Amino acid sequence: MADAVLSTHGITKRFGAVTASEDVSLELRPGEIHAVIGPNGAGKSTLIAQICGGLRPDAGRVELLGRDVTGLATPERARLGLGRTFQVSALAMEDTVLQNALLGALGASGRVWRFLGAALGDRALRAQAEEALGRVGLAEHAAMRVSELGHGQRRLLEVAIALTLQPKAFVMDEPMAGLGADGSKRMTAFLDGLRAEAPILLVEHDMDAVFALADRISVLVYGRVIATGTVAEIRASAAVREAYLGEEA
Amino acid sequence: MRREAALNAAILVALIAVPAWAHLSDEPFTITLATRAVILALAAVGLNIALGIGGMVSFGHAVYFGIGGYAMGILASHAQSYTPMELFGLSIEGTKSMLVIWLVAVVLSALAALVIGLLSLRTSGVYFIMITLAFGQMFFFFSISWAAYGGEDGLSIYVRNGFPGLNTLVPIQYFGLCLAILLVVLWFNARLARSPFGLALNAARQSPARAETVGLNPMRLRLVAFVISGAITGLAGALFADLNRFVSPTMFSWQLSGEITVLIIIGGVGRLMGPVAGAVVFVALEHLLGGLTEFWHIYLGAALLLVVLFARGGLVGLIAGRPGGGGGGHG
Repeated sequence: MADAVLSTHGITKRFGAVTASEDVSLELRPGEIHAVIGPNGAGKSTLIAQICGGLRPDAGRVELLGRDVTGLATPERARLGLGRTFQVSALAMEDTVLQNALLGALGASGRVWRFLGAALGDRALRAQAEEALGRVGLAEHAAMRVSELGHGQRRLLEVAIALTLQPKAFVMDEPMAGLGADGSKRMTAFLDGLRAEAPILLVEHDMDAVFALADRISVLVYGRVIATGTVAEIRASAAVREAYLGEEA
Repeated sequence: MRREAALNAAILVALIAVPAWAHLSDEPFTITLATRAVILALAAVGLNIALGIGGMVSFGHAVYFGIGGYAMGILASHAQSYTPMELFGLSIEGTKSMLVIWLVAVVLSALAALVIGLLSLRTSGVYFIMITLAFGQMFFFFSISWAAYGGEDGLSIYVRNGFPGLNTLVPIQYFGLCLAILLVVLWFNARLARSPFGLALNAARQSPARAETVGLNPMRLRLVAFVISGAITGLAGALFADLNRFVSPTMFSWQLSGEITVLIIIGGVGRLMGPVAGAVVFVALEHLLGGLTEFWHIYLGAALLLVVLFARGGLVGLIAGRPGGGGGGHG
């Protein structure tokens, strides 16, 4: 479909005899949260790596805003508008919360080759970083070192950094991981509002969150998409029950 | 943060006070020692940008130190023998002007760092250490076999090169010149650590994946830092050769790469004044213990062990605590 913000077209990735992705075609449409679920080892991480640029598919292509980005590296895709959060927080642990958020704004601005002025003194970048921190509720922790933050706050900082990029599409790898019931509920509420800004490709194990948020769900098993549909369709699908939900229940 | 600022000030005051005292009490050798410490500190400040902020454990920074040294030696030797250098059909006059020599030293070592960086930054960890070491050894053996410029014996320069308005042969004047350069470079280093580039480089060291995801290219950041780092160490090499009025393959040796690294570790990796504190301690140990025993490196080794085991932030970290959060973590 032409209006997809982010899409994969038949991407395939093999590691020796193991097929991690087989002919995966997905699309993320404006305004939606598209969840990708699947049992452990289904190839979700490999899929994300190919979408974000860490891995090159053996076949197929990735498109962002109608442009073929299969050959582009991670930083280039980020600058085109792909905002990603990691399953295991990837943050500059020795730096402050504000510095981490500022890094996002800095990367997005592309004005990194400045050697003398203070990064924290750049008002435009700083405003962008502080706004993002405010939105996820981390404003009062701006001066704290990331290593002193709790796990849940680090997850929020991940999201805040992605926000500073003002991305056209988000790719979130288990944003609920390790959050606990309360944190999970707040993150769910936040992502719910975020989809109007940019659609979210959401890889998540927390089924409550997935069923609460997703407009559409794709089920990945052994590297293949066995079903894509609305929450109701996926719940009703016999194949999905057998392959995945059945295991959990 | 406060304590680190006070410590930094104390180190600078000592660096000025000791030679000033030595000058007044007519102890030129002490001034020479202080000059040696300042120049080694400058070389280490260079390496600290790659190592401390960028996280690149280069074990071949003697390459740039040596290039700076030979830039001085070769240009000055042609000037003192009044024979131009023949290079690719060009005839180049030598020079006794420090400013020209520094420029050549900085440009050549930056170019070398660019080429070496492009090749070695594809690797990381132990492989990066090994490949930088290998480049160091290449330059070392090349300089040994370069008979035109003294080969193994090195090159002697009779008169120290000139700087406008100074008599560089007066120890305190040459010391002041070297100290001024160190201060300018330290100022640059402090600004760099807080700059947008410093923030990005620092983040790329801590989490390369994070840097990439916000649109930054860690490899490019590291390469630029590596070139800046090499250029500074190259400048230090030119000053060092001028201090001794002698340059030899020792300046390219892996031992020298090791010494610069060791004095950063003793002083404090990634700390602004770490290399300076380390260099002062290093030169003091070398002088005091070197007078007692030929095997003073044993004590240096013991000091290094103590620092690595008990004071991971080096001397600066031991006294001033963890780096403050306000300045890219390197203020």
